[in-house]
Amino acid sequence: MTTISRKARITSRIPETIMFLFALISIVITVGIAVILIRESYLFFNDPAVNLWGFLTGKEWQPMIDKFGFLPLLNATLTTSVIAMSLGIPVGLSVAIYLSEYATDRTRAILKPVLEVLAGIPTIVYGYFALTFMTPLLRSLFGDGVVEIYNTASAGLVIGILVLPMIATMAEDAIGAVPKELRLAAYALGGTKLETTFKVVIPAALSGLSATFLLALSRAIGETMVVALAAGAGPNLTANPFDAAETITGYIVRISGGDVSYNSVDYNSIFALGLVLFVITFTLNLISRKISNRFHQEYE
Amino acid sequence: MADTSAFGAVTEIQRFMDARKRLGLFWQVLFVFATVLAVLFLILLLGSILDSVFGYAVILNEVDPSTLIAGRDKLEDFSREELISVATERLSAGILRRVDYEEPLVERSDRDLRSLIEQYVIKPRALRTWGFAESMIHRDTVVSFMEENNGSYIVFKNWLTPEFIVADQSSDPLKAGIRTALLGSLWIILITLLFAFPIGVGAAIYLQEYARDNRLNRILQLNIFNLSAVPSIIYGLLGLAVFVRAMEPITSGSLFSNVIDNTANGRTILSGGLTLGLLVLPIIIINTQEALKAVPDSLRMSSYGIGATKWQTIWHQVLPVSIDRILTGTILALSRALGETAPLVVIGASTFISVDPAGIFSKFTTLPIQIYQWSARPQGAYRNIAAAAIVALLILLLVMNSVAIYTRDKIARKKRLEA
Repeated sequence: MTTISRKARITSRIPETIMFLFALISIVITVGIAVILIRESYLFFNDPAVNLWGFLTGKEWQPMIDKFGFLPLLNATLTTSVIAMSLGIPVGLSVAIYLSEYATDRTRAILKPVLEVLAGIPTIVYGYFALTFMTPLLRSLFGDGVVEIYNTASAGLVIGILVLPMIATMAEDAIGAVPKELRLAAYALGGTKLETTFKVVIPAALSGLSATFLLALSRAIGETMVVALAAGAGPNLTANPFDAAETITGYIVRISGGDVSYNSVDYNSIFALGLVLFVITFTLNLISRKISNRFHQEYE
Repeated sequence: MADTSAFGAVTEIQRFMDARKRLGLFWQVLFVFATVLAVLFLILLLGSILDSVFGYAVILNEVDPSTLIAGRDKLEDFSREELISVATERLSAGILRRVDYEEPLVERSDRDLRSLIEQYVIKPRALRTWGFAESMIHRDTVVSFMEENNGSYIVFKNWLTPEFIVADQSSDPLKAGIRTALLGSLWIILITLLFAFPIGVGAAIYLQEYARDNRLNRILQLNIFNLSAVPSIIYGLLGLAVFVRAMEPITSGSLFSNVIDNTANGRTILSGGLTLGLLVLPIIIINTQEALKAVPDSLRMSSYGIGATKWQTIWHQVLPVSIDRILTGTILALSRALGETAPLVVIGASTFISVDPAGIFSKFTTLPIQIYQWSARPQGAYRNIAAAAIVALLILLLVMNSVAIYTRDKIARKKRLEA
């Protein structure tokens, strides 16, 4: 009797150990990303043509003539992301409010799949859409002379559409997690639906919503194919969203898509930029997760 | 006294109430408008793609087929002997030798001969193409464009034809196809599945069934969430440094055999599949955890109650009831991998290959990469074939997801029958 149960206990330990090792792989991936990005970036900053201060403050990114200032790339990334957020957040949040507070079950049953389809479409398709629909639309609205063929506005707007389903779904979850008692209490005090939504529900869901927005921002900053196709293929420090400007991700894709020889400055530079991207997005994700964990504790 | 209350004049209260109601209505309209906008985006997105798949094209032949043999206007009217004689006369010696070497002219089918003549003699070229909407509305501009270009003619093209699916890559948009890219995508997905499914499900079982609530496990959980939100291009950099460079002897296959053509240098299907495997791993873990969470604890408890060990409980009780959800979650993760472009561009997928991938050590290109390259070209017809390739990709994704839903329902039904 005891021998059987011991054997069973031992055979039960083997799968546990294996699966624990599988779970550890996720840590290995994170450490691997960090180690590789830092190692190659170290090689990049060790190059005589590069220095850290010039990298962080330089206004020109021209690897051909040894100018490695990443501000133009960062600027373009921020421009597209800000444009994306200013479309994605208001529309996404409105959709979320409509879905959770106003829509009937039948409307929800139609709209949820629409959001799922939008979320499931590969980003390269959004890139095509930016290039063949959004850019011509902007050019016909503002004039061919004003809007360049490649521009950050078109890429930014389309990234906004791309993150919209994600914002709408996560925001709806956050709003839906607000206890019903709070709404009922507000109605009992004579609040209208809108007043209840704006003064009670949204403030109560605020941490969940902030987590959503941060995650969406992280997604927009890391988005690659839309900017690679529509934003432009040359670093350009400009405040005009109708000008072409290359983002961090766009640069990485363009350089690695060509024939770069290993251990050249060009090759190492994409890892240094990757490190910048990783640090920004990782921090945003971490803050987002912290906020959303606290939010869940509040209501569970 | 009738028109006042404890709160003030009734008319004033009424006005105040009306204003609040109006404000509520105004915002409600805004919310509805935003929702309509989201639906409109989807319609525009799909519409703009479908629009480019069909439409007029103005084609110019380098050699007019009617000049090849007197009295024959179209290639379809040529007899077999005429086709062979035109091919032998008009094809350059070098091409003729190569073609003959592959398969002698006399043994080729009529259809094959016609496409040879079209490719090497007539050489049609799309001067300009139109989308479906433009073709319908501005037919006159199409006609006047044709009239401006001597010898050109109009055809109504459907760019997504069966030939488009099975044809090789080509620099000519009229002949290009997606076979190589499609096969590349399928190979990559297979590697991704084989790598990420066992590890992902295993890790999820550990985290959901075994892990105690301690510091290490909380870090694991947070880390997996974080990984799922890391931009895909970062995974490309990881794959480039690890699979393409550091593990080159393995991923290029040179460690196992020296006969393998080594031009791929580690930029192989294996590297691509593993890179995407790392990318979808956190997604599979999270989806599987959700599936395991949905299994009621009473099932586990009754299994322990009759003396089963933890592993027996997981293997015989928990996994069978959650497998449908696990599979659905996995297929969703694979759809993500199927649409990924950036990481594969970064690890160095080939831009132009005409050979089908033969195994995991082959060079590759995938459907999204093909779409990327065609979209990036300014000439009109590339836009049409990019759109056709997008539709092919979306159909593939749709099929995958339908299979997922079908399997899930089927397993669910079977389970009900057994119960």
